[in-house]
Amino acid sequence: MTDTRSRPAVSAHVPAPSSAPEADARDMKVVSVRHYGRWAVAAVIVVALAAFVETLFTNPNYRWDVVGRFFFSPRILDGLLHTLELTVIAMVIGIVLGLVVAIMRQSPNPVLSGAAGLYIWFFRGTPVFVQLLFWGYIAALYPTVSLGIPFTGIDLASADTRTLMTPWLAAVLGLSLNEGAYMAEIVRGGLNAVDQGQREAGQALGMSKARIMRRVVLPQAMRVILPPTGNNVISMLKTTSVVSVLAFPELLYSAQLIYAVNYLTIPLLIVASIWYLIVTTVLTAGQYQLERHFGQGHAHAPEEPMWRRLTRMQRRTPARSTAPIPASEKEDTRA
Amino acid sequence: MPESRTVSSPQPAAAREAARPMVELRAVRKSFGSTEVLSGIDLEVAESEVMCLIGPSGSGKSTLLRCINHIERLTSGRIYVDGQMIGYDERGGRFHELRERDIARQRRDIGMVFQGFNLFPHMTVEQNIIEGPVGVRGATPAAAREEARALLERVGLADKIHAYPNQLSGGQKQRVAIARALAMHPKVMLFDEPTSALDPELVGEVLEVMRDLAASGMTMIVVTHEIAFAREVADRVVFMADGDIVEQGTPRDVLVTPSHPRTRAFLRGVLVEANGQDRGSSGPAVPTHVDGIHEGAIS
Repeated sequence: MTDTRSRPAVSAHVPAPSSAPEADARDMKVVSVRHYGRWAVAAVIVVALAAFVETLFTNPNYRWDVVGRFFFSPRILDGLLHTLELTVIAMVIGIVLGLVVAIMRQSPNPVLSGAAGLYIWFFRGTPVFVQLLFWGYIAALYPTVSLGIPFTGIDLASADTRTLMTPWLAAVLGLSLNEGAYMAEIVRGGLNAVDQGQREAGQALGMSKARIMRRVVLPQAMRVILPPTGNNVISMLKTTSVVSVLAFPELLYSAQLIYAVNYLTIPLLIVASIWYLIVTTVLTAGQYQLERHFGQGHAHAPEEPMWRRLTRMQRRTPARSTAPIPASEKEDTRA
Repeated sequence: MPESRTVSSPQPAAAREAARPMVELRAVRKSFGSTEVLSGIDLEVAESEVMCLIGPSGSGKSTLLRCINHIERLTSGRIYVDGQMIGYDERGGRFHELRERDIARQRRDIGMVFQGFNLFPHMTVEQNIIEGPVGVRGATPAAAREEARALLERVGLADKIHAYPNQLSGGQKQRVAIARALAMHPKVMLFDEPTSALDPELVGEVLEVMRDLAASGMTMIVVTHEIAFAREVADRVVFMADGDIVEQGTPRDVLVTPSHPRTRAFLRGVLVEANGQDRGSSGPAVPTHVDGIHEGAIS
């Protein structure tokens, strides 16, 4: 609409009641909005944080010397190893179980889909803490376990539940069965997110159902399944601490065993917390890499490595295009 | 290729042996709930014949196509492809539904191209094309890759072999989808409105590939709104409405001198639209034949 050369002519025609002199407008500097509110809140946070950090150094109750002494103690490291082992086993079983249950849930057979629904309903509907206690006390409910043909009295083998159900087995069963129910819902959401046309394309190529699931549907569902699964892994790592109720020596229970003797409760909880933080940080990084991998062929997959994303400063350069320029000046800024 | 079990039905009639059609539909009915979508279709497609199915939306064209490779199950009737009954086995005077595995085996011979391309977005173009040959036909990856290269050459996309589908235009995607179907060496190709989801300027490149394919002797059933393409390439045009075949014959008979008022009404509507579109946007690669239709300039 406007052209620098024709400006005098244009402005002559436009009745501009209170406009600033236009020649000056071009040389004026742009001042971005001042966010006084934000700055005030940021200042409060910085001060509060500084005060807290100061107590870390000055408060003798932290007993950092004790934290340092026990940080690499063999019992703590053993506990950490048990925690990791439990997390991995429970997650692997949970994911496989979730996958199977999610596929069963879609079965046209009402018994299969009904059983899957019942499973999800029960294990999502009761606290994992209660489930773990149940597995711990299962011997009181079923004193012996036997393998045989139901309703016939034929037993092939039988065993005392108390000897079978070690704290480790109770922990694995409790955590993985609970996880399976959540994973089933996550997987179901992922499967439903894949366009029906993808299955049809696989069918048209003569692929078997299993192959379509493995090669076409699951890799695409992964994009939807992975982020919540990553969250669940991190959540599982921390939920393993609940297993301390079964007297299974994972990280928290190991710390508890130590402070039960020396009464250095806080320093040992700090030791455990730091280890949990370290592992979740590593897991978060791993999750990011996995999402990058499975995002292939999709526009909003993260392209850059995480370290770069984290270190990149979000600086807003005073871009010309976003500066508040009077409409009549817009053409000129191009020159 | 291990064909452990034959699924072909014994030929009931000697008549069929004489000039056996590549695709044969007998009294095909299909209902979704209480809505009848196909009401008793009889149709034969000869080997190397190119048949275009036209008709208003909701007339059952796409459903008919999807019944041929058993993506939709028939309500009743029979479909044979190259003499094999699709989806069922006739034993002891009864139809036994085939197991998923056997249906999959039958589908290998039936290529299908979808309106929405349905390329696998997590695979490169090459992986899309070799997925069937390697995973289903048991070809070696090296041989399949070599053929993928040749097929891409044929559809003019040799340089896109390592691209992902989301890096391609709609027309390129559809050409890859055609290459993917051809990699299975199908006996018949089904096209379900292959150009309907494309920007007008990309329609020509896809039709060009289909034209070449028709010239190569492929048996093709094409559901399309491209009347110009049907007129130029089809051996036979079938006009469907309300789940029934209203009229069929040579492109000239059906498209130029239609006998049924419904066909006439449909063509009038389509041509008005096509003329409006074609004038503006078709590229030089697309010989436009729309204008000639009223004059009946078919030799």
